Amino acid sequence: MTLALDKPRAPRRPSARRSNFELASWLFMRISGLALIVLVLGHLLIMNILDGGVHRINFAFVAGRWSSPFWQFWDLSMLWLAEIHGGNGLRTVINDYARKDATRFWLKIMLYVSMVLILALGSYVIFTFDATIPTTN
Amino acid sequence: MGGTPISKSISDVGGLLPMSDSAVATEQVPPRGSRRTGTLYRGDPGMWSWVAHRITGVLTFFFLFAHVLDTALVRVSPNAYDEIIGTYKTPVVNLLEVGLVGAVLYHALNGLRVMLVDFWSRGPKFQKPMLWTIIGIWVVVMVPGAYFMLERTARDLFGGN
Ligand code: HEM
Ligand code: HEM
Repeated sequence: MTLALDKPRAPRRPSARRSNFELASWLFMRISGLALIVLVLGHLLIMNILDGGVHRINFAFVAGRWSSPFWQFWDLSMLWLAEIHGGNGLRTVINDYARKDATRFWLKIMLYVSMVLILALGSYVIFTFDATIPTTN
Repeated sequence: MGGTPISKSISDVGGLLPMSDSAVATEQVPPRGSRRTGTLYRGDPGMWSWVAHRITGVLTFFFLFAHVLDTALVRVSPNAYDEIIGTYKTPVVNLLEVGLVGAVLYHALNGLRVMLVDFWSRGPKFQKPMLWTIIGIWVVVMVPGAYFMLERTARDLFGGN
């Protein structure tokens, strides 16, 4: 990631500039941020403040919520948007602070692996939730 | 800008300058940062709003990692989930939740401010009053919010009826 500037009046831009990835990423941070205002602040209000807050959360509470496709869809959207928004933000942070190429490479590999893991696990849990799962012990 | 070596102020800001708040530096405003170090941006409230935005974002991301793992216990058994959610109800973790809500709320409000700076034609001009505005909103929401989040814990700890 070296930052190359054009020579003044360079006839053509260097080919690396042809990728619009960073622009797309910049735009995604803003669009997903708008959606996350509703999704995450709504989630926090419901979980922590309304109707007894965190003290009324237990398995039966989650079972009640996930019996509704509305909250399943809410949680799935929140999972994907927050994980990709946060992961993409962390990619920027790693780019800013990692000094050696090898450090940067391995930190990003760890980041991407953790993102795939969390997205897969979180989606699996929503899609396969079973309110009749037996109690252990 | 009275004798400020411009090349120094640019290199000082280095890789730390965020894309959006950099709009501040293109406005013809008097330097807010320390004149001694010759920077326009360092030390400005705009810089601290960005530092806080970055810290709260990273913190929330790490919380989300743990949070998806603890929620996944609903696929193990009801009591495994109830046990982990029980830790959320202890006094110390309850206090941390207030911190998390405060962090997410700041990040959301400041994110909105960043978007207004980027997309609203008069955004860069109002970036500073918008910062004080979101801090005001944060306080107004967090005071009753913290009350409702901690009320039950405080009652359990210190008795009462
Ligand atoms: C202390 C604060 C929080 C509490 C008490 C809490 C509580 C819960 C509960 C009970 C669920 C189960 C599903 C449901 O009932 O809808 C859940 C799921 C979820 N929460 Fe939170 N939450 C908190 C903060 C957050 C934050 C800050 C985020 C986003 C960054 C978040 C993102 C999610 C996601 C993505 C799921 C779905 C998990 C999955 O797919 O398995 N939560 N949360
Ligand atoms: C609640 C609504 C949210 C809004 C409005 C929002 C908005 C934004 C915006 C606009 C940026 C880009 C800043 C820039 O380019 O200078 C950003 C960065 C970031 N966000 Fe969010 N965000 C929200 C929620 C979240 C959540 C839930 C997470 C964590 C899972 C998160 C983590 C991050 C991170 C790590 C960055 C990168 C910070 C940096 O580069 O300094 N955000 N956010």
